[in-house]
Amino acid sequence: MSTLTDPPKAQFQLSMLVNDTRYRSLTFQAIAALVLALAIWYLGNNLIQNLRAAGLNISYGFLGDPSGYDINQRLIEYDSQSSHARAAVVGVLNTLLVAVLACITATIFGVIAGVLRLSNNWLVSKLMAVYVEIFRNIPVLIWIIIIFTVMTAVMPGPREFRGDNATSSMLFDLFAFTNRGVYIPMPWFESGFFASGALNWLVIIAVLVGSFLVMRRVETNATKTQEKTGVRPNTKLIALGVWLVPLALVLFVMGLSWEVPELKGFNFKGGIKIGGPLIALWFALSIYTGAFIAENVRAGIQAINKGQTEAAAALGLRPGRIMNLVVLPQALRVIIPPLISNFLNITKNSSLAIAVGYADITATLGGITLNQTGRAIECVLLLMLFYLTASLLISMVMNVYNASVKLKER
Amino acid sequence: MKNKVILGALTVAGLAAGAAAAGTLDDVKARGKLNCGVTTGLVGFAAPNANGEWEGFDVAVCRAVAAAVLGDSTAVEFVPTTGKTRFTALASGEIDMLARNTTWTFSRDVDLKFEFVGVNYYDGQGFMVPKELGVSSAKELDGATVCIQTGTTTELNLADFFRSNNISYEPVPIETNAEAQQQYLAGACDVYTTDASGLAATRATFDDPSAHVLLPEIISKEPLGPLVRHGDHEWGDVVRWSLNALVAAEELGVTSANIGEMAAGTENPEINRLLGTEGTLGEMLGLSADWAKNAIGAGGNYGEVFAKNIGEDTPIGLARGLNAQWTEGGLLYAPPFR
Repeated sequence: MSTLTDPPKAQFQLSMLVNDTRYRSLTFQAIAALVLALAIWYLGNNLIQNLRAAGLNISYGFLGDPSGYDINQRLIEYDSQSSHARAAVVGVLNTLLVAVLACITATIFGVIAGVLRLSNNWLVSKLMAVYVEIFRNIPVLIWIIIIFTVMTAVMPGPREFRGDNATSSMLFDLFAFTNRGVYIPMPWFESGFFASGALNWLVIIAVLVGSFLVMRRVETNATKTQEKTGVRPNTKLIALGVWLVPLALVLFVMGLSWEVPELKGFNFKGGIKIGGPLIALWFALSIYTGAFIAENVRAGIQAINKGQTEAAAALGLRPGRIMNLVVLPQALRVIIPPLISNFLNITKNSSLAIAVGYADITATLGGITLNQTGRAIECVLLLMLFYLTASLLISMVMNVYNASVKLKER
Repeated sequence: MKNKVILGALTVAGLAAGAAAAGTLDDVKARGKLNCGVTTGLVGFAAPNANGEWEGFDVAVCRAVAAAVLGDSTAVEFVPTTGKTRFTALASGEIDMLARNTTWTFSRDVDLKFEFVGVNYYDGQGFMVPKELGVSSAKELDGATVCIQTGTTTELNLADFFRSNNISYEPVPIETNAEAQQQYLAGACDVYTTDASGLAATRATFDDPSAHVLLPEIISKEPLGPLVRHGDHEWGDVVRWSLNALVAAEELGVTSANIGEMAAGTENPEINRLLGTEGTLGEMLGLSADWAKNAIGAGGNYGEVFAKNIGEDTPIGLARGLNAQWTEGGLLYAPPFR
């Protein structure tokens, strides 16, 4: 006779934490977490103790004090009596300005170079290969410095424009290319609707947005007609009218005038100055990152099966339309994710601005403010916070875009 | 239980890291080498010569301190620092002292927790412009583009000067003197401003120094001197009195030529105390009795160092001016050695 007993109830033993595969991974993760927490605690504690020993404390009060220094490029009002916080904002705006400009131009360079590198024309494709390899393999800091040095050395100084026997002259009497930057005419309104220039520009933007909406309507109607009759009405003339007439009208009413740069005293006065450091940084970041984007574009295009191109060609599409209508839309899902990284790289690499004296956030908050106040830890923490926020925002926006173009799976 | 041991060990390690900040004198002695922060290169004040050896007016201070502490004026590791990195380098302990034409200001002394041990050059901020611009006064610089080293007191003085005179300018921020020189010569800025001594030193390296003028305005007081970290008073005393020894030596007529015979003993008790034949000044500092003899022997007294590196017979050609001994109408004044 056999006696049936209940199987022994699994009793939890301490050794099971290591021996039992059900618990082992948890055990080691818990230990790892503990060690990590201890390491962070140790480093933090060490910092606090050393700061205390050196008689320092962490305080952000300095941000409200007058900065005492001037900044050569500023998008908002600022002078040496403004606070350190305002100087930081000037820096933030300058960083964003160069980052946005460089992202746009780098994308243009990259797409053109990437597509041309696959060209059947041997010379064109080899030229693009040389461009990509040269710019990709030399650090961006060196490009920034090369471009800036060449600019200051080659371009004439303002004093060479002066006098009867001037060695340089302005292009069309409108543009001045100097080693301090490029001066271009500035548009302004004689009889604007508002006293502030910025509001008048908003009017222009509103007009443009209106034109865009009307144009979309026209295109939708054209598509409808095409679906009905098979013939697409020509919208080109209408487009010209819709875009140009309202714009010209509003510009005329507001009295558009141009302020032309003029040599006065030591420098050109009037007009818009695009500083040499901005140009050097913008251009260097664009061509450098453009080379990386070119490779992404090439990879994206090559990821599309050659059969697609052949099928499109068999339908009678011309190469340009094959690229625009068949290949690139599919290639985007391969191109976009690495493009996000490149945009992030541009934003972060813009911190090399100090090499050419461009007043970005690293130069103002992380450079002069840090150095004048000695608040290194506070400034660096703020810098980290800014770059982290900017990167995460770019990443978020680009990921939304990526989601909209990626392959729809159903 | 195990955790407690780890925690205890960590706490001790943390405390040790905090305590390591003090005792620079012992560190230097143990290391056998002085880490001295200097500029990245300003001829006359601190720059490597053709053989790669650092020389100059600020370098001489480093060498004097090394000679006083270690008995060897070559036992110095020169660490080039920019206007922006110098304070971090000193605060973090990367260098033991900073001798880098740094202006003694309230906030650096009090807020940044440094200790200026004295002044080795009384300077003021000036302007340099090309002669062809025809400018004769800094007040005519309205609208000019000005090259300025970032993170310096000159940057703040510049903003104040232009604001108080109600004229405008455009700053071109740059990192080092070499960069400023290049930008200035390329015409990317109309004016270069920094300490007048620095301007003279920079101009001396130009192909045609006479094509550039220093404007008469001196817009600030710039007492330049060596500094150490706050809180390490023994080390501060060593650097302070090494500098004072050079100044006092000139006043007392002790030179590198006659220091050998003077050290044998003289009629003047102060010279005897200075050179260690009388009293125990060296012992009080924690150094050997002949510390000052070594410091002075390293490059001569203050006057000799000045004449050799930046004086009127050098390309830099600075007059003694404010930097003459108090007995000759200048500001140099070493407290008594007693």
